[in-house]
Amino acid sequence: MKALRILEPGPLATIQDLGRRGYRDRGVPLSGAMDQTALRVANGLVGNAPQAAGIEITAGGFRAELTGEVRFAVTGPEMEIRVNQEAIPPWTTCTASGGDILTVGLAKQGLRAYLALSGGIDVPPVMGSRSTYLRGGFGGFRGRALMKGDILAIARTPGPPFPMWRAPSSLIPPYSEHPKLRVVLGPQDDYITPDGLALFLGAEYAVTARCDRMGIRLEGPRIAHRFGADIISDGTLPGAVQVPGNGQPALLGADCQTTGGYVKVATVISSDLPLVAQIVPGGTVSFETVTLLQAREITLKREYQLRSFHAAGSHST
Amino acid sequence: MDGQPTPRILLCGETALSIEFGDAIDATINRRVHALADHLRSGSLAGILELNPTYRSLFVQYDPWELSHERLLMLIEEGLSATRARPAVQRDPVEIPVCYGMEFGPDLDVVAAIHGLTSDAVVALHAAPVYDVVMVGFTPGFPYLSGLDKRLETPRKASPRKVVPAGSVGIADRQTGIYSIDSPGGWQIIGRTPVRLFDLERADPFLVKPGDRLLFTPIPREDFEGLAHS
Repeated sequence: MKALRILEPGPLATIQDLGRRGYRDRGVPLSGAMDQTALRVANGLVGNAPQAAGIEITAGGFRAELTGEVRFAVTGPEMEIRVNQEAIPPWTTCTASGGDILTVGLAKQGLRAYLALSGGIDVPPVMGSRSTYLRGGFGGFRGRALMKGDILAIARTPGPPFPMWRAPSSLIPPYSEHPKLRVVLGPQDDYITPDGLALFLGAEYAVTARCDRMGIRLEGPRIAHRFGADIISDGTLPGAVQVPGNGQPALLGADCQTTGGYVKVATVISSDLPLVAQIVPGGTVSFETVTLLQAREITLKREYQLRSFHAAGSHST
Repeated sequence: MDGQPTPRILLCGETALSIEFGDAIDATINRRVHALADHLRSGSLAGILELNPTYRSLFVQYDPWELSHERLLMLIEEGLSATRARPAVQRDPVEIPVCYGMEFGPDLDVVAAIHGLTSDAVVALHAAPVYDVVMVGFTPGFPYLSGLDKRLETPRKASPRKVVPAGSVGIADRQTGIYSIDSPGGWQIIGRTPVRLFDLERADPFLVKPGDRLLFTPIPREDFEGLAHS
């Protein structure tokens, strides 16, 4: 069923779900929503499974016509959202009728917004996922970013009436232009000098303009290596903090390569990846360590909250 | 014990770890990596999201909701004991036809000149061994191969090309590999295969997987064109 016609995609809008799993050993990156919490909650608000495909809107400028009656939700940092002229709140279930124009503006403190439609965006899955991998040219809508005039369908017609509801504020990540990211040290923290490690954990790093779905380059006090910056290439994942030869750290994103040959000093815990997704040039980040046990406790609590929210949503349909 | 060092477990956050068997590019180490990967794949994968074997370590990503770190360590320990004495099963080599030189291999003469060899000698040395696919990375389906003849070890190009066509066969230091999709790249390109390493139209989009073996067969231009159109 046709649901949406793109009028203006903005700087970058792509179809994403929770990513492509199980092909990392073939060189296929995860892809998927950079801010998975925002997409999961958006899906919950419209009665979808957490992994349904939605639209990742980067830096606002997005306008689309909703071509039929549909429930939708927009999540992400605080931003201007309108249906026709009427402002609507994020993190809330909304209903549109045919011909309504949805506008998503630039976030005040952040970068990416997520639009979920009840039923989920219907594009053919590639290797089990509907996520767009731009560099590989596959997944999502014909392997590319959305363009003006694209018409998107939803996977099934909306079900019975569904209560308007709002995500509890405890589910909304604490977005900030200056996030403090929690990391677990490793896999190669022993390749960094003690002074380098102290700088990494004590200093603020500025977000440069080299910031996309593959990675975010940071700039600040130089982190010194003990044995050089190159290692024999090993496995990588989103959230890894690479330190190449120039001593300036880089955060890996959802589209990062599956293997890499630079020292990785630390890994951002999965619960803080939504904050990484919303980093903008001009902001800063700092890092603090947590132990594996602390990281696990934080992640399991978060997962429990998200799962409870979804369970409550599916109960009410 | 048979004198093999105990692998190190490196943390990659609370959702992944890396089992590092050594700090060298070495066939024995890489076989241990693949043996452990094969062993884990043959068991229960509940909670394991990714197994990515690389040169000297096995990367494991897991869902901490489904599988605890401690339980995963037990599975790894069990796998290490089971595979300590048993090398990975050798698979039949995948044959890759390659048209060396000409527009397909613009750096063939460069590589030959660097080593004081004729172009024909470079082709003969490159097509002689059976290579091990030590890992797949960079782009979907790009195999990193070990087994390159020492006489062909060549540094990367000083400045990378913006586009290297899919199928290009290249050399970078002691590695050789095949570009799986059109992508930027700095390897010395000595030939090209008409076979697609990554093709979403195929039931299995990937021609090779880590742990496979592979050999190159030189073909003339006519065969390249014939195969490219078939």
